[in-house]
Amino acid sequence: MFRRFHVRSNTLFKLKEAIPDSCLNRLLISGRECQVRSLAASAAAQPKEQDGKKLSQKKKEVESNRGDSKSFGLNLFRGQISADQVFPFPEVLTPDQRQELQELVDPTAKFFEEVNDAAKNDTLEKVEDHTMKGLCELGAFGLQVPQDLGGLGLTNTQYARLVEIVGAHDLGVGITLGAHQSIGFKGILLFGNPEQKEKYLPRVASGEDMAAFCLTEPASGSDASSIRTRAVPSADGSHYVLNGSKIWISNGGLAEVFTVFAQCPVTDERTGETKDKVTAFIVERKFGGVTSGPAEKKMGIKASNTAEVYFEDVKVPAENVLGGVGGGFKVAMNILNNGRFGMAAALSGTMRYCISKAVDHAANRTQFGKKIETYGAIQEKIARMTMMHYVTESMAYMISGNMDQGSAEFQIEAAISKIFASECAWFCADEAIQVLGGMGYMKDCGVERVMRDLRIFRIFEGTNDILRLFISLTGIQYAGSQLKELQKALANPTANFGLLVGAGAKRAKRLVGMPTGDVSLAKFVHSDLAGPADKTAKSVDAFGGVIEDLLLKYNKRIIDEQFILKRLADAAIDIYGMVAVLSRASRSISNNYISAGHEKMMVEVWCNEAAQRIKTNLHEATDASSKKNFDKMGTIAKEVVGNGGVFHRNALGF
Amino acid sequence: MSGLRVIVGCKRVIDYAVKIRVKPDKTGVITDGVKHSMNPFDEIAVEEAVRMKEKKLASEVIAVSCGPIQCQETLRTAMAMGADKSIHVEVDAATYENLQPLHVAKILSKVAQEEKADIVFTGKQAIDDDCNQTGQMVAALLDWPQATFASKIEKANGELTVTREIDGGLETIKVQVPAVLTADLRLNEPRYATLPNIMKAKKKPMAKKKPADYGVDVGPRQSILKVEDPPVRQAGSKLDSVETLVTKLRDAGLVPS
Repeated sequence: MFRRFHVRSNTLFKLKEAIPDSCLNRLLISGRECQVRSLAASAAAQPKEQDGKKLSQKKKEVESNRGDSKSFGLNLFRGQISADQVFPFPEVLTPDQRQELQELVDPTAKFFEEVNDAAKNDTLEKVEDHTMKGLCELGAFGLQVPQDLGGLGLTNTQYARLVEIVGAHDLGVGITLGAHQSIGFKGILLFGNPEQKEKYLPRVASGEDMAAFCLTEPASGSDASSIRTRAVPSADGSHYVLNGSKIWISNGGLAEVFTVFAQCPVTDERTGETKDKVTAFIVERKFGGVTSGPAEKKMGIKASNTAEVYFEDVKVPAENVLGGVGGGFKVAMNILNNGRFGMAAALSGTMRYCISKAVDHAANRTQFGKKIETYGAIQEKIARMTMMHYVTESMAYMISGNMDQGSAEFQIEAAISKIFASECAWFCADEAIQVLGGMGYMKDCGVERVMRDLRIFRIFEGTNDILRLFISLTGIQYAGSQLKELQKALANPTANFGLLVGAGAKRAKRLVGMPTGDVSLAKFVHSDLAGPADKTAKSVDAFGGVIEDLLLKYNKRIIDEQFILKRLADAAIDIYGMVAVLSRASRSISNNYISAGHEKMMVEVWCNEAAQRIKTNLHEATDASSKKNFDKMGTIAKEVVGNGGVFHRNALGF
Repeated sequence: MSGLRVIVGCKRVIDYAVKIRVKPDKTGVITDGVKHSMNPFDEIAVEEAVRMKEKKLASEVIAVSCGPIQCQETLRTAMAMGADKSIHVEVDAATYENLQPLHVAKILSKVAQEEKADIVFTGKQAIDDDCNQTGQMVAALLDWPQATFASKIEKANGELTVTREIDGGLETIKVQVPAVLTADLRLNEPRYATLPNIMKAKKKPMAKKKPADYGVDVGPRQSILKVEDPPVRQAGSKLDSVETLVTKLRDAGLVPS
């Protein structure tokens, strides 16, 4: 048996090499700036060799902390439960921070209820001037900038709570604020040196200068390492000359301060070779040579400005390099990774709004002699919307809590929350309109705008499709690294006998369909939720087994199996959702919240249904006949693309 | 007359947007878990006092609130709007249910004396009990002139010219400081407390006192017999003739027979 395992894990070992981190990094980055391009899927999954080398530095960093991650999402791919970050539900606010936040919530909500006019902003295709001024005074442009630099110095959790209010009222304003501080100057906050922080943060925090994040280019979207904007150092080394153009830049027409990513020649000290590496720069419009195009006409988030930005022989002082020459990739990845939870928080606010609109109508509208809320058709919609909101909100605050606890490994969770929130918010807006009927379709009702605004959230900051691949591949890479440990152990079987027997026995049990026994949530979850907790634990166990099976079957070729990777990601999303609500509801039950019973019911329904979906997804990921369907779908698509549209004749024949 | 010291009374009340529910035992209204905010008329008074300071008419604005610990939130709002410091006179929740304008007026007048105030400013009334008494009582206790229902306040030759909203028109009066002012709705539009100012307000001083510190006995002078919802409006009915209507009105004693 050892012999067989050895052979297999030997092939597995190669997998890690097959999915270099550069590939994952590239998946992670895809233009937040209203990135409407879809990714050429294969390009993303097949890293060019040079990228691998380009990012070797980054790779080392990832490797250094790979051994034992506390991330629930990563360990899920090993079929293990890492409870540290998910149980108990993170409580990170100190009493002071909690009180502070409570005082900030009301004035923020009041501003959005009484001053901001979302419908008007949408019609004008800009945020009204007096609202912009009000937002500056309110302090909304520097929520996370330290207080001594003119901001509010909020933690991620505090930020999430305020952003939730913005999301409930006006996503156009949300993007204006988000493009500014969640990505526009976040790089300065995360990577700036003291001088850069001192110089720029007070200006951007006050809203005096707007900021924007410039990554995407006409020929470079999800594949961010292919940007062509270049920065060439001057002979005396005092500055760089920047040339290039960026598209779909949120706040592009308004910003004074830009975080710009450009190729920059870097000489390798050892080889003496010079190569281009992505580098981040802080660029001011007033440097000269920075121009922007007209505001783009968009489907939604119309109040936010989106424009092209051109850089022509812009002289950027050398001290404006952000995060080191050649360190731009890391800067971009961290900025985006750090911003995703904010989207989940904002969208949970949007969902809350949609639900209240639907409920208000359902409780008052009479048809066939009864209020429509009494009909099952409407009840199911309201219940589903509410459960999705509960899950989304739980994910958002779990991740913001983890970040505030200092966790650095939340990339899978952040990606999950972005996908889940954007899809559930879409569902809620859609179903709210359905409950409202004809009324919901009318502009005045206010949900129609929300639906248009929401559409972009599944596209930008990494399309949901790319993020699904990112989740699966990041997780598989992590699972693969564990198998490498096993292989090491095999080099000295007698010394590592226990480890090997454990691994072998676990696999044997899975083969005969038995739970491996060491996956349980019982000790973390309130006993009232034992049922859903058990379903979740079984799902985790089954998930780990399927990953192992797939690795054995496909080896490194798994990276090309996008039909399967998508299903794995969907299962992972469902499992994280289950864990998030189990954790939150356990707290509610233990604390005797008035809504504890209500939450318990939601968790039960959610986990029952999620377990079913996971079962289907995991089945399809490994099942031979599903594989045939995938292959056929691939062929169908190929033929349709070859034909430039549907291939089948009109049903009438002409 | 620059350098006026202004005391502003800030009552914490159930938020105006909340639907009020009466407690099942009819002793009062439900306040637990209900959103509270600063009495809107007091907010106008705070705003006016802060504007007086911005115009260099006033040197210091001190917000005062009497009530349970949560009143500190109201005071922090006042300080976020621009008050310089605040005094919380803590009255426990049970006692607070029977706290009356006279008690508050006694406390405010003591605070005014202790702080050497030139102006005591309050809202014309609170939106919860609608008493409209506190300002007037403070004036009586201190024997100061009063300018109530102010809709415009101007400074002229060491006096304040105050425009008051009265039935059927406006009345303009002059008062000499020290004086008591109460704010009417149209005096100003209060500013929003901005988030940076809320953070800064945390660093402003808040003194914590008890009514006993001012020698004020807050024992109840009245007792509440019952609190009831307004009666539900009776449904109307259609009548077929004027005669029936007159008969019905007569029967109900609404027109002389």
